[in-house]
Formats: sequence, structure tokens, C-alpha cells
Amino acid sequence: MESRTNVYSGQASMERITWWNRTRRRWWKDRYLFLIAFPGILFYIVFKYVPMFGLSLAFLDFNPFLGISGSEWTGWDNFRRIIDNPEVYRVLWNTLLISFLQILFAFPIPILLAVMLNELRNDFVKRMIQSIIYLPHFLSWVVVVGICFIFFRGEGIINGVLTGWLGLDAVPFLTDPSFFKPMVVAQVIWKEAGWGTIIFLASLAAVNPELHESATIDGAGRFQQIWHVVLPAIRSTIVIMLILRLGSVLDSGFEQIFLMLNPFNRETGEVLDTYVFTKGIESSDYSFATAVGLFKGAVGLILVLSANSLAKRFGEEGVY
Amino acid sequence: MIKYSSTRDKLFDWTNIVLLVLTALIMLIPFLYVFAISFSTYKEFLQSNFILIPKTWTVEAYQFIFESRAFVRSIGVTVYITVVGTLVNLAMTASLAYALSRDIWAKRLLLFLVLFTMLFSAGMIPTYMVVRETGLLNSIWALILPSAISSFYLIVMRHFFLGIPKEITEAAIIDGANDLQIASRIILPLSKPALAAFSLFYAVIHWNNYFSGILYLNTPEKWPIQVLLRQIVTQNEASASLADAQVLLENPPPAETVQMAAILLATVPILILYPFLQKHFAKGVMLGSVKG
Repeated sequence: MESRTNVYSGQASMERITWWNRTRRRWWKDRYLFLIAFPGILFYIVFKYVPMFGLSLAFLDFNPFLGISGSEWTGWDNFRRIIDNPEVYRVLWNTLLISFLQILFAFPIPILLAVMLNELRNDFVKRMIQSIIYLPHFLSWVVVVGICFIFFRGEGIINGVLTGWLGLDAVPFLTDPSFFKPMVVAQVIWKEAGWGTIIFLASLAAVNPELHESATIDGAGRFQQIWHVVLPAIRSTIVIMLILRLGSVLDSGFEQIFLMLNPFNRETGEVLDTYVFTKGIESSDYSFATAVGLFKGAVGLILVLSANSLAKRFGEEGVY
Repeated sequence: MIKYSSTRDKLFDWTNIVLLVLTALIMLIPFLYVFAISFSTYKEFLQSNFILIPKTWTVEAYQFIFESRAFVRSIGVTVYITVVGTLVNLAMTASLAYALSRDIWAKRLLLFLVLFTMLFSAGMIPTYMVVRETGLLNSIWALILPSAISSFYLIVMRHFFLGIPKEITEAAIIDGANDLQIASRIILPLSKPALAAFSLFYAVIHWNNYFSGILYLNTPEKWPIQVLLRQIVTQNEASASLADAQVLLENPPPAETVQMAAILLATVPILILYPFLQKHFAKGVMLGSVKG
């Protein structure tokens, strides 16, 4: 009995040694690949994974002078502060509302434009229109919001038309909080509607022309063809895009909204991301801001994963 | 090809064209307006609000902007960040993508760790802390190193490398080439067009980026152009931001035309690259659903 155990453990250590030898040999064989990969791996460690350990700030009362190890451990206190803070609920509400407005108004427009472009008979006209409507996608948010401000400010051209030509009162588009969300949605439509058509145009290009021919022979009009031939062809793309968009409802366009915020509209305009900046960087409440960010990241992760598995259930490959 | 000839079909086609042209005009006119105002005299701007072709052309606003050292410097900063940053992006992304396209030890774990950062990131504050601890705060490198690799482009580039026929690398291995030689003599030359496309993707991100500048830089001398542009246009501080030029000119042009000229100057490189961007980016969108 004793000798058997000895033999057994001897085999195990032998196996460990051969495993170790194999791994070492493998490392030696891959040495150049590791050399090549090293800068990239270092990047992921320093700028992606070290910050994840920095999330421990959320469980501290962080004091920059004492550092992470010197600051007091407060457990879930910062999260309790989130739950007790009415400001957070307002910010969360703004985030969700802006996202849903985007889905309601900005999401369908690329589909409509793609269907309309698809109906164009003249390839030259089609390419011209595509070239123009893709352009705003490449402009920076500073430029887009800047142009918007120039058009909509008090002495801007829109108010010039309202007061000068139509004899109405000037409208404070940029400072009246009730205009904030519509402006944000309109900017996204202006910037991204054209670009968003690409993915739908690609699935429209796959439609068999014979379907159109037989529909014509059956006496279907243009609208009937769009309804019975074109839309079914892009239905799965629409569903997938919608699901994926739902997965990122907590992202409501940080760069854009940050530019749009001013003291007058902060109440209605502040979203989760900008709130993290305001609290963390401007007011130096690092721990609280980190906790808000962690909350957003965790909920976002759950949403994206659910969206993805939902997309898979619709028979698509999913993204991850 | 189907022919549509009935009156109803023609009506449909014409309505469709008119609506699409209107859409295109909505995208185009703001731009033409900004262009026109930037070349107009103040008098004309005050007289008629809406100008698409100025009656008298003037380059006053542009002269004024180029008098401002702050503006010229920030253009220089952005050019530097865009060029150096894109080179860093390409080198780091291509090298890791190449290693992950070969059969490197622990490949699946490494790929998972890359994909995971696309799903969950530590967020602004912890990243800010790392940038501060590494001494990058208030340095231009803070706009380059923390964004050295985009996981999305890394995955797309890896797919591109995987598409290169295995037989080529296998033949090289038989000839005694090591992984470094395979990368530099075989993969790199074959990937030049793809790398050019990726450099465009990265360059646009650098050129248009403003928020990293606001987050990490606190001396205006280091501001990239988009941060200065935000100051000039959306914060409406044209005269304060370009104060150094103000002193030199007795009769400075109005803030309005200066703002529009600044917008246009910050967009010119994008407009120049636009034909290439449109071509390559459209392909990139379609690669969006590649799997890791």
C-alpha cells in the first residue's frame, strides 16, 4: 500500500516536471513573439488592468495626500451615499431619458434614409448624396456643437429668422433647459444619420432583384414592395442594431453632452459620465466619483452581455 | 433590371429624390454658411444674416488667427500628437495583433483579457489616477500613451493578419526564419495597405480628440486645437483665447467671423482626407461584427 502511494506521487511529480519543462520549452520557442507582444501587453496592464485595481478607491475615503494604502477603508459607504443622493437619481434619469429619446428619434432615421437611397435609380446621384451625408460623421464634436451654437444662439441665424422675418420673439435655445435634450438628439441625427445608413445599405444590397421582379409582376406598388420585400430583408439587422443599442443605454454621448452643458441646463443635462467628471475631477471627490463610475460600468457590463445573448437568440452571431 | 414607368412610380421617384436632396442640403448648408461667413466682411454679416456666397471676400479673420501664437501653437501640438500618436498606435497595435495572430503561449487568455476591456473599463477616475501616478499628467504623452491601442482595431487587425495564407509563414519557418524575421520581412510588407487604412482611423481620433486634453492638460500652452476651438466657439471666448493677436491688430475682426474661420481651419485636414476616409471607413463598419 505504502509503495503504491509512493509510486503514485512520484508519477505526479514527474508529470509536474515534464509539464514545467514543456512550458519552459514553449516559452523559449515563443520568445520572439513575447518580445513583439511585450509593449502591447504592458499597455493593457498599465492603462487597463491597473486602473481596475484602482476601483478600490470606491471602497475608501480616498485622500490623495495619504494614497490608497493610507486612506481609510469605508466599505460600502460610498455606494450608500449614491443610494441616498437624490442628485444621482436625477442624473440617472437624464441619462436614460436621453438614451431613449435617441432610440426613439435618432435610431429610425438611418433606416429610412437607407431605404430611400436604395430606391434611387441613378447611381451618380446616389453616390453624391452618400458622400454628403457621410461627411458630418468625421467632424469632431467640438465642430458640430460649435456650428450648432452659431446657428442657435441668441444673435444667431435661427433667431434672426424668427425675429426678423416671422416677427416672433427670440428663443433661448442654448440656455433654456427644456431645449437641451431635443438639441442633443438633433445633433446626433445631423452627425450620424447618414453614416448609420451603411450597415442597412449593406444588407439591402443582398436582396435578390428577382424578388422585386416577381413583386412587380404580381402588381405590387412601390410602397407595397418596400413593406413586403425591402423591410423583411433588413429586419434582422434592425433588430440586432436595436438590441445592441439597448445594451449601451447608460452611454449617452459623453463628449457631446460635456460640450453642451452650461450652468443653466446642468439640472436637465448632467448624465452619468459628466457627473463622474464633475464630482471626481472638478470637486476632487475621487472615491464617490469612482463608485458612480463602477456602478455604471457594472450595470453596463450586465446590459451588454444580456443584449448580446439576446442578439444570439435572434439567430445572429453576436458581437462577443 | 425593372422599369418603372407609370405616373405613380415617377411621382414616387421624384419625391424620393427631392427628399434626399433636402437631407443632403441640411448636412451641407451649415458648412457652406460657416465657410461663407469666415470670408465675409463684418458689415455684410451684420446686414444680411444669411450668406452662402459673400459679395466681398476678405481673409481678415484668417490673418487675425494666424497672428495669434496660441492658435498656431495648438495646431502644431495637434499635428505632433496626431503624427507621433498614430505611429505609436500602429506600432503597438500591429505588434500585439501579430503576436495574437500567431500561436503564442496563453493566446486564449490574452485574447480574453483584450476583449474584456471592451466590455468593462475601470472608468475615468482610476485611469486618471494611473496617468497621474505615472507622471504623465500635463504632458502631451498623456494624450498618446493611455490610448495607444484601441481593442476594436486590435481585433480587426488580428483578423487581417489571420487572413494572410499560412503557407507563406510555414515556408519561411522551414527556411529557418524566426518570428521577428517573419514579422518584419513577410507580414509587414504584405500589410502596408491595411496599415495605411488603420493609420487613417487612428489619425482622425487624435485630430478630433478634445476631452483627454481637458482631463489631462492644465497649461493652455499644451492645448491641442480642439480644446482651443472649444474655448473660442462653444465657450464664446474668442477674444480672450486669441488675446495675443488682439494686441497686434488695431482693428480686430469680429468674434463671429473669427469663430467660423477657426472651425474651418480645424476641419481642413479632415476634408482633405475625406475621400480616403469614406472608402476605408465604410469597409471598417462592415468588419464590425468580426469575432475574436
